[in-house]
Order: sequence, then structure tokens, then C-alpha cells
Amino acid sequence: MRGPDVPWYLAVAAFLFATGALGVLLRRSPLIVLLSLEIMLNGANLALIAFSRLHGESSGQIFALAVMAVAASEVVVGLGLIVAIARKRLDLDVDKLSILRG
Amino acid sequence: MANVLVWAVWVVAAFSCLASGIAVVSFANPFFSALALIGNLASLAVLYLLLSAEFVAAGQVLVYAGAVMVMFLFVTAYLGGRADAPWAGGPTWQQFGAVLAAGAILVEVIVVIGLKAGGRLSHEAKIDAGFGSPHRIGRVFLTDHLLAFEITSVVLLVAAVGAVILGAHSRGDRVPGHVSGPGRGTWPEET
Repeated sequence: MRGPDVPWYLAVAAFLFATGALGVLLRRSPLIVLLSLEIMLNGANLALIAFSRLHGESSGQIFALAVMAVAASEVVVGLGLIVAIARKRLDLDVDKLSILRG
Repeated sequence: MANVLVWAVWVVAAFSCLASGIAVVSFANPFFSALALIGNLASLAVLYLLLSAEFVAAGQVLVYAGAVMVMFLFVTAYLGGRADAPWAGGPTWQQFGAVLAAGAILVEVIVVIGLKAGGRLSHEAKIDAGFGSPHRIGRVFLTDHLLAFEITSVVLLVAAVGAVILGAHSRGDRVPGHVSGPGRGTWPEET
């Protein structure tokens, strides 16, 4: 394979996943939490495609496509929830939306 | 020569990918974060191309950087830019814990992959020119993975229906079939 080997791609994937996890844990705006979730999913996708290239097997790319579809549905539901929260005139702050806490 | 070129493209794509990922997490304004995520997705598509996954790269640009991010930008513009600086008010124990947990995930992933598969990762399988092409992916998707294909379509349908129901309920407080008592429809503020 020309260029970098698969471990380099896996390192980028791990960094992306950790960056997304940091955003999910750190940020309070639900919009940015959703964006960070996208980064985590994309890190996983990059690892899937790198392993698919490593084994010369197309199934990893199929899984990556399925992950993309699930990510799209997750964004649809998440944005619907955020708009619903905003219409109730509640703060868009995941620390303050603790009404479901037992 | 071609090898050097591929390395150069990889370095540029990987660094813009990581830099825009960090930008998404650290921008205060969600609008700028969404714009940075578009750059992240585009550079990821370049990495997919280098891994000879052409169809996934095209789908990434079309579905993610196109459709999903346009939806994000619309919602961000609709809600208005609420700036939320990630480091406002100095570091708290929560932020310290978040950084610690993210670092732990990174170390875990690298250690596990390095220990379990360190030596075997450098021997890629030989692939032919059609690997990752729409033809090959479509054939595999609609023969071996037909169930996954159908379930994906059901998931998308359920998400669309759920989003419509969420939007209908949030339009007004009086939903047909619901008894609206005192305090119903508005959530109590946190005390």
C-alpha cells in the first residue's frame, strides 16, 4: 500500500474518538454535544474502513455506511428534541435539564 | 515519488481532521462548531479515499457534509447563537474529570490495539482495482448484507416518524387527547 500503513489511520481514529468524547463530556450546549457525537462516530467509521482495507474485505465499508445512516437518524431525533426544548423556553444547557433525574 | 505524494496528502488530511475536531469541541459558538465539523468530514473523506473506499467517501460528502450539516446549520440559525465558552469560569472538577476520561479512552484504545494486533497491522491484503467501488459495495450490500440494508431503512423511517411526532408535540401545549392540568406543558424550572 502506498503511503502510511493502517496503524497511522487507527491513531487518527483514536484521537478523533477521544476528541469527540471530550466534547460530549465537557460541553453544556446540546448542539455541540451532538456535533461531538458525530466526531466519535466518524472516528469509529475511520477505524472500520482502515480495518476493511487491512483485510481486503468490503464488509467493513458496509458497516461504515450503516453507521452513517444511524448517525443521520440520531441527528434527526436529537435536533427534534433540541427544537422541542427550545420551544418550551427552557435553557439549552444539559446541566440544567435534570428534571428526569430520580 | 507517488509514495511521497500520498504521504503528503495523508499528513495534510490527518492534521486538518484533528485540528477541525479540536475546533468543534473548543468553539464557543455552535455555528462555528458546525462549520468546523464540515471541514472535519471533508478531510475524513480524503482519508477514506486514501484507504480506497471511494463509495464511502462520496457518501460521506453527500450525506454528512451535505444533508446532515445543512440541517444542523438550519437549527443553529433558528435557535440563535447562544455562546457557551467551554472554559468559562476557570476549570472545575467536572472539566478536569472530562479531560481525564477522554485521555483514558485514548490511552486505552492505543494500548489495546498496540498489544493485541501490533505486529499484524502492517501487512495489508492485496486488493484489486474494484475494491470500494460503487459496483462492489452495491453487490455486497444487496446480497450478503441485505438484512442490514433493510433494517437501516426501517431505522431511518422510525427516526423520521419520531422527529415528526416530536415536532407536533412541541408546537403547542394542548395536544389532542391530553388532559392539560396546572403546570402541564411547561417544565418546572430547576430550583
